Amino acid sequence: MQHATSHDFKNNAQRALGDQQLQRALGHVKKNFVERRAAAAARLPEFEALRDHARAIKDHVLDNLDVYLERFESKVVANGGQVHWCEDAEAARQTILRICRSVNAKLVTRGKTMIGEEIDLNSFLEANAITPVETDLGEYIIQLRHEPPSHLIAPAIHLNKEQVAEAFRAAHSDLDPKRVLTEAPALLAEARARLRSRFLAADVGITGANFLVAETGSSIIVTNEGNGDLTQTLPKIHIVLASLEKVVPTLEDAAAILRVLARSATGQEMSVYTTISTGPRRPDDLDGPEQYHVVLLDNGRSRMLGSEFREALRCIRCGACLNHCPIYHAVGGHAYGWVYSGPIGAVLTPSLLGVEEAGHLPNASTFCGRCESVCPMRIPLPKMMRHWREQEFSRHLSPPAARAALRLWAFFAKRPALYRSVTGVGARLLKMGGGRAGRLHSLPLAGGWTAHRDMPAPEGRTFQQLWAERGRR
Amino acid sequence: MSDTRAQIIGTIRKSLRRDRPSSSQQAEIESRLADPPRGPIPARGQLEPQARLQLFVAMAKEAACTIAHIADRAAVPAAVAEYLARENLPAKLRVAPDAAVANLPWSTRPLLEITTGRSDGSDEVSLTPALAGIAETGTLMLTSGPERPTTLNFLPETHIVMLTADQVVGGMEEAWTRLRERYGRGVMPRTVNLITGPSRSADIEQTLQMGAHGPRRLHIILVDGQATAEP
Repeated sequence: MQHATSHDFKNNAQRALGDQQLQRALGHVKKNFVERRAAAAARLPEFEALRDHARAIKDHVLDNLDVYLERFESKVVANGGQVHWCEDAEAARQTILRICRSVNAKLVTRGKTMIGEEIDLNSFLEANAITPVETDLGEYIIQLRHEPPSHLIAPAIHLNKEQVAEAFRAAHSDLDPKRVLTEAPALLAEARARLRSRFLAADVGITGANFLVAETGSSIIVTNEGNGDLTQTLPKIHIVLASLEKVVPTLEDAAAILRVLARSATGQEMSVYTTISTGPRRPDDLDGPEQYHVVLLDNGRSRMLGSEFREALRCIRCGACLNHCPIYHAVGGHAYGWVYSGPIGAVLTPSLLGVEEAGHLPNASTFCGRCESVCPMRIPLPKMMRHWREQEFSRHLSPPAARAALRLWAFFAKRPALYRSVTGVGARLLKMGGGRAGRLHSLPLAGGWTAHRDMPAPEGRTFQQLWAERGRR
Repeated sequence: MSDTRAQIIGTIRKSLRRDRPSSSQQAEIESRLADPPRGPIPARGQLEPQARLQLFVAMAKEAACTIAHIADRAAVPAAVAEYLARENLPAKLRVAPDAAVANLPWSTRPLLEITTGRSDGSDEVSLTPALAGIAETGTLMLTSGPERPTTLNFLPETHIVMLTADQVVGGMEEAWTRLRERYGRGVMPRTVNLITGPSRSADIEQTLQMGAHGPRRLHIILVDGQATAEP
């Protein structure tokens, strides 16, 4: 699997906070994505009802996942394709390698797939003398820079155009070094020309899937660039790399979820290309792949289905939770240290890699609840992050100081009368400490917080005292 | 391979705390697959024909398509020639070998160079027929087949699509109905393309740019009347 640095989240985050270029780039997320989603949702009166329906579809699928997967497979086979069930990343990689070697493939084009990142497919193919080429513009850029994606749908969002130009100059060394690459259109034109020749030369095309349709045995991809279509139409073999939970019963169900997908992701009414692919090319077709393979990856999801994190399997990877997360806005995607970032990353990563590796991620939340409020599939992300925190505590993974503080707090919280009097004294002391300005410049045990800003001093009475007075009125 | 399948299915069932689903559950699934229930369809996807057509045109334009609305099929060659001249494009067209577009009266425009077949990447402009237009989002539905190679939809820089007014439906579900009428229930062509505007990318600094890998321009020729050629 892709190498993880999630255990080092604190250092990752610190570095990200000090990276001015990254901080500028993250400004785009805060503004553009949030405004566009809000406008798209406001424009469709049925949006909330569609969210409820989309959620119900996925719940129904998860309740009957075995049946729908078996049905999907039988339809794929009936259409002349093959399904390869893979328990883990290694099995999926070996399956793909076997298919590539069956046609002696040298060059493989790739549509954007998070599963491909999850199983770290590119470095594996390279190690086996096969050249993988990412064709989504953002993925192509980060492949040249040997980086993981920093966002679910905008993988290169952490970069500015000067960094892209630098990567292109290094990679396209056959082109005139004096060419002008200062503006985005020149960069796009160069990538388009370069990738066009790769599309035409590729032996195998690998895409992901936004949906697998049990009714028809089809896979569906959603893109804006059309790269996924060229990836799957031109080579001899089309491989679809998808995880179990992508299956939906029918085309009607796909339609319902499509209505919330693009709106939640980019604020578009509909992405430019939604492509439904079924089996290999038909006998008299003039183009299309001769073979159609679906590599169906479990990688822990069948077990996750039986855990308290089951609802996270409803996720459709739109990125709305990242776009609305104050933590993501502050540190970006790479700080999360693996493939999935933001609130969904904080829930999925410990599920897939273990809480020992990724236990910090669910702690990186203010529990503001914006992620859940915009999630088209209504995944209770804050609740799940809380579950991880509970597990971290009960498995003695949190640091001793934090555990001691929590235990101390629990001691008082279980004794309400004592709690009231101690917090009352504490609030008065802090008020005195704040002086006339009402601000605390330093606090014992909270130096990490007050090193960067002042703590506003309490007014002298606790919330419970104010509440009691309110009751008497 | 089948061992892995059994293992994964087994873990799924263990997670769901049951063995095979009950026969009533199975029956529910079968009926859902045989007669797919529709979810909430936006009101704007359920308009009367005239308003539906207007919405299709408005939404397609919003998605950066251009549209020529013409009265009859015989005028398609003229509309194509006019568009190519206006956009300063070569008078050379790769046409899908589908009767709906290949058998148009091209001889009325002798200066247009017409060839049919798939694209190898050297064609600048293509013309293909649609199976449906979806008013809800201004989306075109194109299907592959021996007469409609998919490469024509993606390789040329300019893609022209012919659509007739009676092909314009309200929501996506009606487009599925057209698909099933044409191919049969549960039967699909290799590729169904739902296309909403020309190719684009915002991957560099979130700046929207047209023509990422697919066509830079998507032009729709909307013809009043019926899809099938008159005898």
